[in-house]
Amino acid sequence: MTQSPSQATSELATSPLTRTQHLDLYYYMQLNRQLEERMVRLFRQNKIVGGLYSSLGQEAVSVGTCYALEKRDWIAPMIRNIGALLVKGVPPRDIFTQHMAKFTSPTLGKDGTSHFGDLKVRHIVSPISMLGDLIPVMTGVAMAGRYLGQNIVALTWIGDGGSSTGAFHEGLGLAASQRAPFVLIIENNQWAYSTPVSRQVPIQNLADRGAAYGIASTIVDGNDVVAVFQAARYAVGECRAGRGPRIIEVKTMRMRGHAQHDPAEYVPREMFDYWKARDPITLYEKYLSENKIWDAAAKSEIDARIERELDVEQKFAEDSPLPPPELAEEGVYCDGCHKIEADWKRAKSEVSPPKSSIDPTWRLKDLPAYTQAAIAGGNGAKNPSQSQTPAAAPASSPATQKSAAAPERIRPQPEPPATHAANAPDAVAEEPAVPRVPFGRGPKDKAFRQSPENPQNKPAYTRAPKEKSFAQNPQEKSFGKGPRQKPFGKNAQGKPFTKNPQDKQGRR
Amino acid sequence: MSHTAPNLSSKVVPASGPITMVDAIRQAMFEEMERDPAVVAIGEDIGVYGGAFKVTDGLLAKFGRERVIETPIAETAIIGAACGMSFLGLRPVAEMQFIDFIACCFNQVTNFVAKSHYLWGAPVPMVIRGPSGGGVHGGPFHSANPEMYFVHTPGLKVIYPSTPSDAKGLLKSAIRDNNPVLFFEHKYLYRRLKEEMPPGDYTVPIGKAIIRRAGRDLTIVSYAAMAHTAIEAAVELAKEGIEAEVIDLRTLLPLDKETILTSVKKTNKLLVVHEDTRTGGIAGEIAALVFEGAFEDLDGPVARVTALDTPVPYSPPLEERFLPNTEKVVAAARELAKY
Repeated sequence: MTQSPSQATSELATSPLTRTQHLDLYYYMQLNRQLEERMVRLFRQNKIVGGLYSSLGQEAVSVGTCYALEKRDWIAPMIRNIGALLVKGVPPRDIFTQHMAKFTSPTLGKDGTSHFGDLKVRHIVSPISMLGDLIPVMTGVAMAGRYLGQNIVALTWIGDGGSSTGAFHEGLGLAASQRAPFVLIIENNQWAYSTPVSRQVPIQNLADRGAAYGIASTIVDGNDVVAVFQAARYAVGECRAGRGPRIIEVKTMRMRGHAQHDPAEYVPREMFDYWKARDPITLYEKYLSENKIWDAAAKSEIDARIERELDVEQKFAEDSPLPPPELAEEGVYCDGCHKIEADWKRAKSEVSPPKSSIDPTWRLKDLPAYTQAAIAGGNGAKNPSQSQTPAAAPASSPATQKSAAAPERIRPQPEPPATHAANAPDAVAEEPAVPRVPFGRGPKDKAFRQSPENPQNKPAYTRAPKEKSFAQNPQEKSFGKGPRQKPFGKNAQGKPFTKNPQDKQGRR
Repeated sequence: MSHTAPNLSSKVVPASGPITMVDAIRQAMFEEMERDPAVVAIGEDIGVYGGAFKVTDGLLAKFGRERVIETPIAETAIIGAACGMSFLGLRPVAEMQFIDFIACCFNQVTNFVAKSHYLWGAPVPMVIRGPSGGGVHGGPFHSANPEMYFVHTPGLKVIYPSTPSDAKGLLKSAIRDNNPVLFFEHKYLYRRLKEEMPPGDYTVPIGKAIIRRAGRDLTIVSYAAMAHTAIEAAVELAKEGIEAEVIDLRTLLPLDKETILTSVKKTNKLLVVHEDTRTGGIAGEIAALVFEGAFEDLDGPVARVTALDTPVPYSPPLEERFLPNTEKVVAAARELAKY
């Protein structure tokens, strides 16, 4: 696997690929496709016991993005990112054996598909089937890598469908607020199982969502592997330089059903026709020929190599045994089977007291700027994508204190509704002018309770004296009623117990 | 900018003498973070404010923003990020502001965190801790005891201590454990008890119950706040000549089966008391365990005193009806003792 060393980001986007890099991209895309075609045959022979999810037509996404990473970087693939696993150096036999539930697979047969990882060598986090969860997890990977001084980038993929999950939004919110070196590839393959994008998301481009988080995003043709690679290389470089997370939306097409059982008859024929003419491998072969990067001999040499490799790998998988049944009982806990040790690339003293100690207060640097922004909205807000705040510190904080000795939280000014009117036609209506009608006895309605209209003008329910606020009860009190009687482990009579032999009579 | 460093000693390391559970938990975190820079804290409002219950008060000043990470209100992001951090060898301690909110990240906990080691050999050395339990009029969303969702999830460990010293010792064990540990802190106990900490760097082993009171007539198994109720009941029962043995589980998963079975074989009667709701509570599991392992030794039916099968109601008379208490335990034990 060839990977370029990190360069200045300005060069990254434009520097041309070497011939070796060009041929690498072809090799991995073709390997990805041929591997999956073989798995389709194995599936039809009932040699793949579970599901098989095809990435046909999406090879340029997996390969082009992952090829932009360095060896130390972390990925978390989705089921249609087998190409990324190959680029990371996973041997095809691991993918065969995973699908065939063999004992020789990375999970020993405990899980299938691309659900496996490698923490130590290749830095791969296994996905789970629930979509979106990898985004906060990889945000954490990115944060930990930064904390340890490893200068890594964490990258994962999500489909158009997965971009509607809560985990997607929570994860991006955290990644943005932490300015984590995290790249998200939104793989827009037009279909979430059988539902087209237009019925999931009422916007044209999923990349637009980045703006809401203050995350820079870009859109790229997912069937053009060079374009995908260059976009990813730029994003990775920006991330590594500490400029916060990045989103890349790749437009592509899932050319098969959700999985093998699904003939995808719901996809309009013209859509398949359009994308078939834009097959990423065919397009790339044409590109390589037109730019005289290769010739027919080079292509057939690579193709033959792939066939040879896959023959060996497939045979290994087919000859492998299934796991022994008793394996099912093993491995729930790590009982010392793993040595857990962080790979520190910075001095631990930097994150230990006294160096780590800070003044734990929020501060306001520029009061006039703050008050202006608080009322007007928008203008004063810092754009995280441009901020140069140190990585671990929150980009900005809407709170402050007046002096170190007297911390004070500032109540944010309410924003005038008018500023929202333009882009929020369904904005919440203003409070009605009429006073609130109390609900029932209205113990929560302070205004009503304190007003002279309230006939009782007092809370409807008064707490009994014993129910003091639980935070204010330093004395050792009993639970329930009465004072605590005895400390633990003592007999009430202070005597040792003797077993009454009568108790046991007549038993058995 | 003139600034005087805050007096940390009062926050982080309380003066010697008996301390509350809040202080004990804070001490455990402080000591572990000082011992190992791989230990970090993550959660909502845990920094400047010091956490909703002030458990993490003072940690930010001492360890800085890289190690005391304040997050958006996003429980799935908190657990996901902590999990990702653990993959690189860190040992994050994630706070749920109230443990009720762990429902927001249920998928992340049960499908990602819990299954990683079994499925693909990735240990997840993280702790999820947070205030739980009722009796403080917190209402239905700030009083829950959701431990059994997680006791039912292979791959997790679940701890629910009842005393300050256990809380400290068990939290330290949890942080050093290579597995994901859920650490429930009963908020009723946070400031009501004080206890002297054992000296030095001490830990309490995970998975070991403790006999709080010895007895011969029946065994009361309980944990967390109800362990205290059980002891109070035992004292009442002793006045009537019924000597109850009280077991405080401390760890719910893995369960200390041996201590339970040994005690039941001695007393021949079992009463389980828990604050969790009745159906699917751990009493059912313990009953099954005793039927499997000590059926011949039983002199009476397995009894249980639990909360009602309802959400936790808010109003004091309702919550009082909902929760087990000493009277209910004494009454159940009296009936059981007649066999």
